[in-house]
Amino acid sequence: MMLGLIGRKIGMTQVFSDEGEIVPVTVIEAGPCTVVTKKTDEKNGYKAIQVGFGNQKESRIGLPLRGQFKKASLPPCQVLKEFRIDDVEAYDVGQKITVEVFSVGEKVSITGNSKGRGFAGVVKRWGFWGGPGTHGAMFHRAPGSIGASADPSRVLKGKKLPGHYGNARITVRNLEIVDIKTEQNLLLVKGSVPGGKRGIIMVKKLK
Amino acid sequence: MKALEIIEREHVKMGLPQFKGGDTVRVHVKIKEGEKERIQVFEGLVIRKRKGGMGASFTARKVSYGVGVERIFPINSPIIDKVEVVQRGRVRRSRLYYIRDLKGKAARIKEKKKS
Repeated sequence: MMLGLIGRKIGMTQVFSDEGEIVPVTVIEAGPCTVVTKKTDEKNGYKAIQVGFGNQKESRIGLPLRGQFKKASLPPCQVLKEFRIDDVEAYDVGQKITVEVFSVGEKVSITGNSKGRGFAGVVKRWGFWGGPGTHGAMFHRAPGSIGASADPSRVLKGKKLPGHYGNARITVRNLEIVDIKTEQNLLLVKGSVPGGKRGIIMVKKLK
Repeated sequence: MKALEIIEREHVKMGLPQFKGGDTVRVHVKIKEGEKERIQVFEGLVIRKRKGGMGASFTARKVSYGVGVERIFPINSPIIDKVEVVQRGRVRRSRLYYIRDLKGKAARIKEKKKS
C-alpha cells in the first residue's frame, strides 16, 4: 500500500479538456489529513502512518480512541485510516497531508464502500439478460436452470444466484487525476468512484 | 454541493449572445488540422436549447445541398470561438422538431418584429 488521503465524494460533473472533449469527472474533497499515530517495526511490527480526516465531537468518540487523540494533542477526527509506507520517519504527528501529494495526470486507486442494493436478483447482481417482458412470455427476471440432473445431483459451487449485493469494499484502480484545486482541497478524477455522495473514500497513490 | 458549483462555474462561458429556439445563428467553430487551427462557420436555425450549467447545449439545423444537417454544440465548449445571431425568429414553441418534416417555403420562420 502507498501513501494516500481520506476524502469524501462530492458528486459527478463534466469538464472540458484542452482539445474541447468532455471528460466525466468525480469531485472528491480529499484531506487535509492529520497524522495521528506512527506505526513502526519496533513497536508494532509494521510501518504505517495513521491519518485522520474530518472533525468529530469528542463525546462521539470512545474512550480508548479519545486517549490516542489526547496523546497526540489533536482534535478528534471523524475517520481514521492507516497507510503502510516505508519512510515513516519523514512524517511527524500532527503534520497535515493535503492534495498536493498528487499531481495532475497521475493515476490513483480509489477505495470505498459501494452503494447497498439489498437482496438483489440475478439480472441486477450478475447482469443476466432475463426474458422478454411481454408477448405472452412467462420468463422475466428469473435465473433459469441452475444446473443439470442426476449428474451431478447438486448445484455447482460459485453458481451465480440472487443474494446480497453492494455495500462492499470496492477498489477502482488507474483513475486519472484531471485537476486539483488546492485551496478547496478538491480532486477531480476521471470516471466514477464507488459509493454515494458524501461517502468516505480513500485515494491512494499507485506503486 | 457548493464544491460542484465552484468547478462548474470555471467552465461556464460568459459573453455569448442571448438566443433561443427559432433564431438563426452563425457558430464559429475552431478546427484543428494537424498543427494548424482554422475557423469554420456553421450557420443554421436553433431548434433546441438545453439548459444545465456547464453541460448546456444547443442544436443548429441547416439544409445543405438538399440534405438536412443538424449539429449539437456544447455551449461551454472551448472549440466554439463565437456565436453571432443572424435573425431572431417568431416561434410559438421552444423546441422546433416539427421543422424537420417541413421543406421549402413551409420551413421558413418569420422574423421577430422589434418591439
